[in-house]
Amino acid sequence: MTELLVKNACVIDPLRGINAETMDIAILDGKIVEEVSDAAEVIDARGMLTLPGGVDSHTHICGTKVNFGRYMSPEDMRAGRTPRQGPLHATSGYSVPTTYGNSYRYSVMGYTTLLEGAMAPLEARHTHEEFVYTPLQDTMANTLFDGNWGIMEAIRDGDTKRVAAIIAWTLRAVKGFGVKLTNPGGTEAWQWGKNVSCIRDPVPYFEVTPAEIIRSIVEANELLGLPHSVHLHCNNLGTPGNYSCTLGSLGLIPDLNEKRQTLYATHVQFHAYGGSDWKDFCSKSEPIARFVDMRPQIVMDMGQVMFGRTTTMTADGPMEFNLYRLHHEKWSNHDVELETGSGIIPVIYRRKNLVNSIMWAIGLELALLTKSPWQCLLTTDNPNGAPFVKYPEIIGLLMSKKYRDAEFATIHPDTEARVPLPAIERELDWYEIAVMTRAGQAKALGIQDLGKGHLGPGADADVAIYPIRMDEVDPSAEYQKVIDAFSRTEYTIKRGRVVARRGECLVDGSNATFWVSPKVSEAYDMGKDPDFIEKFDRYYTVRMRNYPVQEEYLNRNRCIETEARI
Amino acid sequence: MIVKDAVCPFCGCLCDDIEVEVEDDRVVAVTNACELGTTKFMGEKRMKSPILRDGDRWKDITYDEAVQYAADMLLSAERPLLYGWSGTHGEAQCVGVHMAELVRGVIDNTSSVCHGPSILAIQEVGHPGCTLGVVKNRADLVIYWGSNPIDAHPRHLSRYTRYAEGFFLENAFRDRKVIVVDVRKTETASIADEFVRIKPGGDYAVLSALRAIVQGKTDTIPRTVAGVAREQLIRVANLCKSAKFGAVYFGLGLTMTRGKYKNIRNAIELVSELSRHTKFTISAMRGHYNVYGSNEVNTWMTGYPFGIDYSRGIAFYNPGETTAVDILARKECDAALIVGSDPAAHFPRKCLEHLADIPVVQLDPYPNATTAFCNVQIPVAVTGIDAEGTAYRMDGVPIRTRKVLSTDYPSDREVLSRMYALMREALER
Repeated sequence: MTELLVKNACVIDPLRGINAETMDIAILDGKIVEEVSDAAEVIDARGMLTLPGGVDSHTHICGTKVNFGRYMSPEDMRAGRTPRQGPLHATSGYSVPTTYGNSYRYSVMGYTTLLEGAMAPLEARHTHEEFVYTPLQDTMANTLFDGNWGIMEAIRDGDTKRVAAIIAWTLRAVKGFGVKLTNPGGTEAWQWGKNVSCIRDPVPYFEVTPAEIIRSIVEANELLGLPHSVHLHCNNLGTPGNYSCTLGSLGLIPDLNEKRQTLYATHVQFHAYGGSDWKDFCSKSEPIARFVDMRPQIVMDMGQVMFGRTTTMTADGPMEFNLYRLHHEKWSNHDVELETGSGIIPVIYRRKNLVNSIMWAIGLELALLTKSPWQCLLTTDNPNGAPFVKYPEIIGLLMSKKYRDAEFATIHPDTEARVPLPAIERELDWYEIAVMTRAGQAKALGIQDLGKGHLGPGADADVAIYPIRMDEVDPSAEYQKVIDAFSRTEYTIKRGRVVARRGECLVDGSNATFWVSPKVSEAYDMGKDPDFIEKFDRYYTVRMRNYPVQEEYLNRNRCIETEARI
Repeated sequence: MIVKDAVCPFCGCLCDDIEVEVEDDRVVAVTNACELGTTKFMGEKRMKSPILRDGDRWKDITYDEAVQYAADMLLSAERPLLYGWSGTHGEAQCVGVHMAELVRGVIDNTSSVCHGPSILAIQEVGHPGCTLGVVKNRADLVIYWGSNPIDAHPRHLSRYTRYAEGFFLENAFRDRKVIVVDVRKTETASIADEFVRIKPGGDYAVLSALRAIVQGKTDTIPRTVAGVAREQLIRVANLCKSAKFGAVYFGLGLTMTRGKYKNIRNAIELVSELSRHTKFTISAMRGHYNVYGSNEVNTWMTGYPFGIDYSRGIAFYNPGETTAVDILARKECDAALIVGSDPAAHFPRKCLEHLADIPVVQLDPYPNATTAFCNVQIPVAVTGIDAEGTAYRMDGVPIRTRKVLSTDYPSDREVLSRMYALMREALER
C-alpha cells in the first residue's frame, strides 16, 4: 500500500467544475481517494497550479510512419539528444524523438495520457511494441479505416451493420481504441496515384464517396457504443479553399451521442483555408468556428503550426506527395494493402513565408473564435504543425494578446490583410487552458469514466503540478512565466508515483494500453464470416490467424468492453 | 501434430503460411516453405550446451557460467561491440540496445554490410514504398534490379509478384509484366518478359538514362548506355510510364556494386519521377528474416537504424566510423558479443584478424564460421522454431513467429536479459 498526499494544491479540475480551489489530493495505490492515513508521504504544493495529468488526444508518437520519420532523418535525431542518466535511457531526436525521448519530454510537461493518431491495422503490432517503450504515459491508438476494402464494399451494399462488424473485429484484433478516417477514400485512390477532391468524389472501383464513408462509419461507431467518436482528418488537407470541403464534411454529422461529440475533427487549422490558389490564400477560421459553435456534436483540435523545423507525417499519402512537389525535400510513402497508406516529408515553417504565417494565425484563431474550449482542443498534430514541446508557447499565445501582437510583428507583413487574428482581443484563462489540454481531451476521448482527465475519487492518480501561482502572475503581461511553468512541472505524478520533478524524469515506468472490444452477436462475428475469411485469405499477404495482436504486446492491459447494438 | 500458419525464420519474405509436422519434439515434414525454409525448419545438429575455449579444446559449461562470462567480458571492455541481431526476434534486440547503452558500447547489425547503403540513400531522398500485398493486388509491372529472387527469396515471385493472384488483375500471370535488370542472365531473368543486361558497374548510368527519358530528354541518350541499347531503354521507360502500378525490387547487385548508395538514390529518384506520371514504388529485398526488425528496433530505441556508438553516453551514428567492420579494422574494439549472425563468414580478413585477438561471445544455436573465433558460444532456441518473438518482414509488416516445438534451450531474449541483469547489478553495486 502506497499513500501520497498533495497538500495546498490550487486545483483546476474542469470535469468536476472546480476552478482554482485550494485543496488536498489524497492518493492510494495509484488512485485518487477521499483521504489517506497519517503515514502518507506528503508533497506540499504551496498553492501551485495543479491540474489532472495532461491528455493529448491527437499526436503521432509510435508506429510504422513515426519510426520511418526517425529512420530517414538522422539530422533530426542529432538535433536533440540526451545521455543515459540514472534510471533514464539515452534519447535522440527533435521533431520525431525516440520513444523514450517522447515519453520523458511529455512527462516533464505534465502529460500522462497519449493517443497515437493513426495506426494501420496490418502494422498495429509495431505501434504496440513502441508503446511498451513509452513508459511514462498511458497510451491508446486510433485505428485507420479510411481505405478498408471490406468496409467500402459494405457501404456500397448499404449494410451499415456489416461496417460496424468489420470495425469491431478489427479493433479487437489490433487492440485499437478509436476509429480514424484519414482522407477517407483518398488513401485507396492514392494506391493508383490518384486522390479524391472532396466528399462527393467517388473512390475508384469501389464507387463510394467520402461522404458515404464518413456517414456510414459515424453510424457504425455509435452502433458499437465506442467510448470515442469517429476521429476525422478531412479530405483535401492543406489546399487553398478547402474550408468549404471541411464545412461540407462537418455538415454530414447528426447528433447521435448524449455524452460526447459525434465527430472529432482533427487538426482543423490545415482544413480552414480560403482562396483559390496560393496567391490569394487566406484564413477561413471564422466560418469554421461559427459552424462548430452551433453544433455540439462536433469537437475539433487546433493542429497549430509553430515556426521552425519539423517533420510531417500522416496516413494521407497523396497530400504528402503534393507537399513533396512544393518543397522538393525528401519524400517517403508507405501504402498498406486493403487498408490505408502514409507519407512523410520534413518541412520548415518560416515566419518570412506568407502562407506559413497565415497557417500560424489560423490555428490560434480557431481556438480564440470557438466559444467553448470543450470544442477546440490544443494540439499541433505533433509533429505535423510543430513538435509537442511547443505547447507551452501556444498556451502563452492563447493567454496573452500582448504576446500575439509581439509575434505578429515578426511574421510576413501581408498576413494582416488575410487573417482576423490582429482584431481578436480574447485571452483564454487558466480554466479554459485546463479544458483544452486535459479535461476536454478526456471527455472527447470518452475516457473520463475510466478515471482520466479529472481528480475525483476513483480517478487514476495522474496529476501535474506547475510551478506557478495564479494569484501572483498576470498571464496577459507575464506570458514568459506561463510558458516556463507549462514547460516544466514541479511534479508530474503518474499512477500515484512522482515520475518527473523540475524537468528531470525520476523513474522508469510501465504504461497501460487502452483498447476496445465491442461485443457483437454471433451473426456479426467477422471471425466466422465465410466471405470475410475468403477475401482475407486471397488478398492479404498475412494469414488471418497471424493478424491479431497478441496480449503479450500489452504492458498493462486496459480492455474496454462495449455492448454493440448488432 | 501439425502446426499451421507457422512463420518461416529464413528470409525477408517472412512467409507465414507454413505447415510444420512435429513428432516426438522433432520436425518431420514442412509444407509450403521453399527449400531454404524447409532446411531451416528441419534443423541441423544443434550445439548441446554452452562451450568455453580451453586452450585448443572446448569445454562444456553451464548457462550460468556462460552468461557470467559474457557479462564480465562486456563490463571490463573499454569499447565493446555488440553485433549481428538480424537473426533474432525484436524482444532480444531491445535488450541488446539497453546492454550497449549500459556499457557505452557500439551496437551494429548486419545491414552495415548489406543494405546499409540503401538506408543511406533513403536518408538522403526518402523512400516511396508499400506493403507487399499492395504490389500483389495491383502491380502490372514488376522490376527486379540486381536481385535474383529465385535463388535468394524463392517465394517472392509466387506470393507477391509473377505467380501471385491479384485483386485488380484479371489474369495476373498474363497481365503482369516482369523486367529483370542484371549483369548476368540469372534464373529470374529467364522467367522475365524483358531482360536488361547491364555491363558490371553500369547501373548508375542506366538509371540516369531512364530518368532522362522519363523527363522527356530522349535526345540526350547515346546509342548504348553501359551495354544497353537506346531502343531498349526507351522501351523500358515506356513500359514504366504506361503501367498502372509499377514496383521496383532491388538487391545487393545494385546496393553493393560501384556507386553503392548513389545507385539506390538514383533508383529512388527515378521512382519519384515516375510517380508524377503513374503509381510507382520501390523496395529493398532484405535478406535475414528480421534484419528489418533490427533496423526498426534500433530506430525507435536509439534514433538510428544501425551503427550506433554509445561511447559518449548519447547515441551517435556515423556509418563508416561506427559500423562493425570499421571498428574491427581499426582494431578499436576489445570485446565482441555476436548474436544472430555469422560475421566470420562475411567480414574482411583484416577484421577477422582482430576478432581472433579479442574475447568473443556468440549466441547461436549452431556451430558456424564465427565459432572458431569464440571464447564462449551459447546455444539458444531458434526464433520461429522453439522460440516466439516479433519479426519485421522486408516491407515493415511485423509478424509474431510461432513456436512449433518445445525444447529446453533458452531464447536469445532470456539469455540476454540475464546478462543485462547481471551487468546492471554489478554497475549499481
